[in-house]
Amino acid sequence: MAGRLRLGGRRGVTDRAREERRLGWMLCAPAVIAMLLVTAYPIGYAVVLSLQHIDLRFPDQGGWVGLSNYQTVLSSPLWWTDVLNTVIITIISVTIELALGMALALIMHRAIFGRGLVRTSVLIPYGIVTVVAAFAWFFAFDPSSGFVNQLPLIADDKAWFGDRWSAIGVIIAAEVWKTTPFMALLLLAGLTTIDDGLYEAAKVDGANAVQRFFRITLPLMKPAILVALLFRTLDAFRIFDTIFIMTRGAQNTESVSILGYNQIISRTNLGLGSAVSVLIFIMVLLIAFAFVRLLGVRMAEGRPGT
Amino acid sequence: MRRGTREYSAWSFAMLLVLLFSLLPIVWIISLSLKTPKTVGDGRFLPAGGEWTLKNYKVLFEGGFDNSPFIHPLINSIAIALIATAIAIVLAAFAAYAIARLNFPGKSIILGGALAIAMFPAISTIGPLFDMWRSIGLYDTYLGLIIPYLTFSLPLAIYTLVAFYREIPWDLEQAAQVDGATPFQAFRRVILPLAAPGTFTAAILVFIFCWNDFLFAITLTSSNNARTVPAALAFFTGESQFTQPTGNIAAAAVIVTIPIIIFVLFFQRRIVAGLTAGAVKG
Repeated sequence: MAGRLRLGGRRGVTDRAREERRLGWMLCAPAVIAMLLVTAYPIGYAVVLSLQHIDLRFPDQGGWVGLSNYQTVLSSPLWWTDVLNTVIITIISVTIELALGMALALIMHRAIFGRGLVRTSVLIPYGIVTVVAAFAWFFAFDPSSGFVNQLPLIADDKAWFGDRWSAIGVIIAAEVWKTTPFMALLLLAGLTTIDDGLYEAAKVDGANAVQRFFRITLPLMKPAILVALLFRTLDAFRIFDTIFIMTRGAQNTESVSILGYNQIISRTNLGLGSAVSVLIFIMVLLIAFAFVRLLGVRMAEGRPGT
Repeated sequence: MRRGTREYSAWSFAMLLVLLFSLLPIVWIISLSLKTPKTVGDGRFLPAGGEWTLKNYKVLFEGGFDNSPFIHPLINSIAIALIATAIAIVLAAFAAYAIARLNFPGKSIILGGALAIAMFPAISTIGPLFDMWRSIGLYDTYLGLIIPYLTFSLPLAIYTLVAFYREIPWDLEQAAQVDGATPFQAFRRVILPLAAPGTFTAAILVFIFCWNDFLFAITLTSSNNARTVPAALAFFTGESQFTQPTGNIAAAAVIVTIPIIIFVLFFQRRIVAGLTAGAVKG
């Protein structure tokens, strides 16, 4: 692709090429403007807000306060609890999703019958509204309406949402259910690019199924896996809907996004909330940077999904 | 022969697990939506003694257009998702056509930028948007939700469309013109049929994206003027303060899941193709 892009710099640009350039830019301009409208400008504005004292309940007490909002956030134990929750939820759910997603992708890829049925049923969690998924899982575990407590080995009156870790467990389960299909589809795309001949050759050389998976499938899928991991990690890190529906952050289950929402919307403290927003933005940047630099994700191979 | 049967039963088992995994929560919420207040806590998938009821659904539409807790949000959800999808697809189709077919510098910056937007944390924008929308009058309006939906769905739309448009044999357009077709005929008869399926697939993905949003819907709306179903669900209350709205929430949840199930049932192949197209080129 890169080769075709180059138009030979300034020299030898024909009228036709110039025309094509102008058309290309004009066609892309509306989309580019629409994409920047709600990202670049607001994040700049968020930085400005985060340096001020703005509490909509006390509109007269505004003013520049330098970095003190950041100081308040970073020295509050709540912020660090929420960072810990977010990191734990992200790491555990993405790990499970990778394992389950790989299994699903292999099933979809190698299905000897019922391929359409499997793909159709897997797409339902992908397409379903996250809030609906959260309610479905909440109602399944909630002692007053659920069936989980009636299963053997589980206490009838177990209050899943009354304890931090069991609540986080259910939140992770709901996240995994909702997003594993997307992970599986990304991995499936990687799987289909592997040449079947490699497996045949390995079989002839006496490699068994496990060896074939670890020596052929995994190494060849590394780029696909890393891209899928990057997207899912960033997505999981932004977790909001599921926690809002299940606990609203009660029992110390808040994520950083819930904290930002609470500050901005519930407490209308725009200054403090914007500081949280900017900190989340910086963390997302760091995660993306770490993936690209440390793990060598080639971003050109990625694509947005959800 | 024996190996064949064993493989067959192993696959059957794997498929059963996949079906259970993906459908169990859906079956549960459908079952809850059909239960009465008396049976809602019984933990059964099939209500005892055939005690089904459609009351949970009826309540959602009671009180007509003005007083129903659900009709307004449902209309808002449908209208906002459709409008946002239409605009996003038009903008993305222009950009994707240019990227797939024309030579111009800045192409890879646009694609890279779109990817960066896909990773952008939406939560970081809600403070500024909340403030800006309130001061320019977009708070609690359709447009106030459509704009962020456009922004955040465009990367998905552009990537999907670029992947599809790259596969189109554009030379056919010229071939048709050489054969005597007018440019418009060449576009309508040759290019449009080739581009339509991919464009439609991208539209489904964008619609699902907008339909799903919760964060913007609860932060940028305050009433039934523009509140969509996911946000309305979070604020549902029971008929009286003593009844839990479990059955009603379940019924509303089932209703908003219907379009998704229709898409998935009819367009499974296309959605899979759309999500995997151009994902990773080996």
